[in-house]
Amino acid sequence: MDKFTRIDGLVAPLDRANVDTDAIIPKQFLKSIKRSGFGPNLFDEWRYLDHGEPGQDCSNRPLNPDFVLNQPRYQGAQILLARENFGCGSSREHAPWALLDYGFLAVIAPSFADIFFNNCFKNGILPIVMNADEVDRLFKETVATEGYRLTVDLEKQLVTTPGGHGIKFEVDAFRKYCLLNGLDDIGLTLQNADKIKAYEERCKIEAPWLFV
Amino acid sequence: MSAQTLYDKLWQSHVVHTESDGTTLLYIDRHLLHEVTSPQAFEGLRLAGRKPWRLSANLAVADHNVPTTGRAQGIADPISRLQVETLDDNCASFGITEFKMGDVRQGIVHVIGPEQGATLPGMTVVCGDSHTSTHGAFGALAHGIGTSEVEHVLATQCLLQKKSKTMLVRVEGALGMGVTAKDVALAIIGRIGTAGGTGYAIEFGGSAIRALSMEGRMTLCNMAIEAGARAGMVAVDDTTIDYVKGRPYAPKGDLWDQAVTDWHTLVSDADAQFDSVVDLDAAAIKPQVTWGTSPEMVVSIEDKVPDPALESDTVKRGGIERALAYMGLQANTPMTEIKIDKVFIGSCTNSRIEDLRAAAAVAKGKKVAANVKLAMVVPGSGLVKLQAEQEGLDKIFVEAGFEWRDPGCSMCLAMNADRLEPGERCASTSNRNFEGRQGPGGRTHLVSPVMAAAAAIAGHFVDVRQLQGS
Repeated sequence: MDKFTRIDGLVAPLDRANVDTDAIIPKQFLKSIKRSGFGPNLFDEWRYLDHGEPGQDCSNRPLNPDFVLNQPRYQGAQILLARENFGCGSSREHAPWALLDYGFLAVIAPSFADIFFNNCFKNGILPIVMNADEVDRLFKETVATEGYRLTVDLEKQLVTTPGGHGIKFEVDAFRKYCLLNGLDDIGLTLQNADKIKAYEERCKIEAPWLFV
Repeated sequence: MSAQTLYDKLWQSHVVHTESDGTTLLYIDRHLLHEVTSPQAFEGLRLAGRKPWRLSANLAVADHNVPTTGRAQGIADPISRLQVETLDDNCASFGITEFKMGDVRQGIVHVIGPEQGATLPGMTVVCGDSHTSTHGAFGALAHGIGTSEVEHVLATQCLLQKKSKTMLVRVEGALGMGVTAKDVALAIIGRIGTAGGTGYAIEFGGSAIRALSMEGRMTLCNMAIEAGARAGMVAVDDTTIDYVKGRPYAPKGDLWDQAVTDWHTLVSDADAQFDSVVDLDAAAIKPQVTWGTSPEMVVSIEDKVPDPALESDTVKRGGIERALAYMGLQANTPMTEIKIDKVFIGSCTNSRIEDLRAAAAVAKGKKVAANVKLAMVVPGSGLVKLQAEQEGLDKIFVEAGFEWRDPGCSMCLAMNADRLEPGERCASTSNRNFEGRQGPGGRTHLVSPVMAAAAAIAGHFVDVRQLQGS
């Protein structure tokens, strides 16, 4: 996993609540047995006018001109601005894989679905929970200003607007540590292997039916 | 010790280690796997040279991609086939038990876990699938995980977790005739919204919940994730224990007696405090039908399609307008006037024997309406299918004009060949009515099995209570 420290990125606004993981990456692309290559199919049903299938060359597909990510001004965006309950629905990690493969490194929203939120951290994407009024203000500024960028500083837990307005955000200390250092959870957990074994030994006595 | 909720008890008994910020290493008793969210996890294990920590904690089955007809010919779609074969290969090479496509025990992962007794009270149960909340019906702590966490559980038998807040959803009173656990679930989501349970573990309690069968409790806990809660649960009682007894993976003999003594403690203490409490009156719940593209967009069968002009919040109004446009519906249309093209009875929400019995009782001696192009029943497992056939349910469905299929996830998410065509409208017993969920451009209305069967017969949504009363 790549480290996440600080980004200065172009912002794209996706002005819908309850964006579900079926919309982020439709089910037909979940048949892949790989972790990469999902970017061209991010928001596939909204982004293209035709029906997408796995393995297709997306460069010649008809784009939906009304979909926000297809507007020239948002090309190369690294920060996605979203509304309430972003990432609801299925647990598919293909959703953060697709966002990352497309180029998004951070998502800002008033709230996220729990499983999606968790999956982001496992892939070096920073999901930022921000109060709805601040998010609304960022939506207005993004739409009003072509080339609108935000700075996201994870160390300082601070989002800064071009006008110099700073917005603090919360992040769990452990998740922050893992993101800043690009750490693999499994390696960290296995440092506690003795504790896991001790737990199992205790459990075999207290709840032996779990170890049949 | 202060009074504890069921969730507190389940959490506390699985803590291996806690970091200073509260991040906890939680032990996982049962890990269920399917073909869609596991290949990258196995690949990760292989690349790191790691092995599963505890093989016997894992159980795998292919369910999302499997065909529901013509299984003898295998899987026609080469990409689906590769994903299922990849699961077969991974399970064989790592030594994990798998119920393959030809095995009578094969079925939807959230149906077979409980059916086999692989899901037990007091367990932590995880699976790379959001509907893992289903298993909470057994007084277990069960939730969906992503693929990175699938790899983490395989390698360490643990997960890194933060404790959730607790919510009690209390449903008191008796459900009316024709009102099912599915209607309770949809009514709860209609009340608290699809993000209402975000950050919470929900316990469902109250006399109406205690009166539910295990199948009903599974339906309810299954939909906890649609209310935003990763985990839903119901306290253990005799209904739970009676269901588990004698199942292949359930403990036997002295171990059974020891387990049952322990399982009886899996209830919230009488004076336990919840962070949030929601109360519903069971008698007031009517059969539910969703009208939009989120499970919270739901009304009773007696209601009309909502009018966006009456919504003052602009984001919500935009959401309603977009949903109505996608669903091809006009505001203020009575729900009973909405005609359907297809019917799907199945999914991890509603494909168990009780669901099929209830739907068959409505369909018995009737015919699927001429405007319904396809009505299909997809049992949740090979064993559910077998039992239904022994009871003659398959004949009732087939005589009424339903198709009787092989088990799998099928048209709940249309990863196999079962799907809606653009613009088609479906009465579905599944759990999600998101855009494109049952096929690109498809229009899903979530209902209970009896409401789906009634809609199949009428050709449009209809109040099953009137049908049953006649």
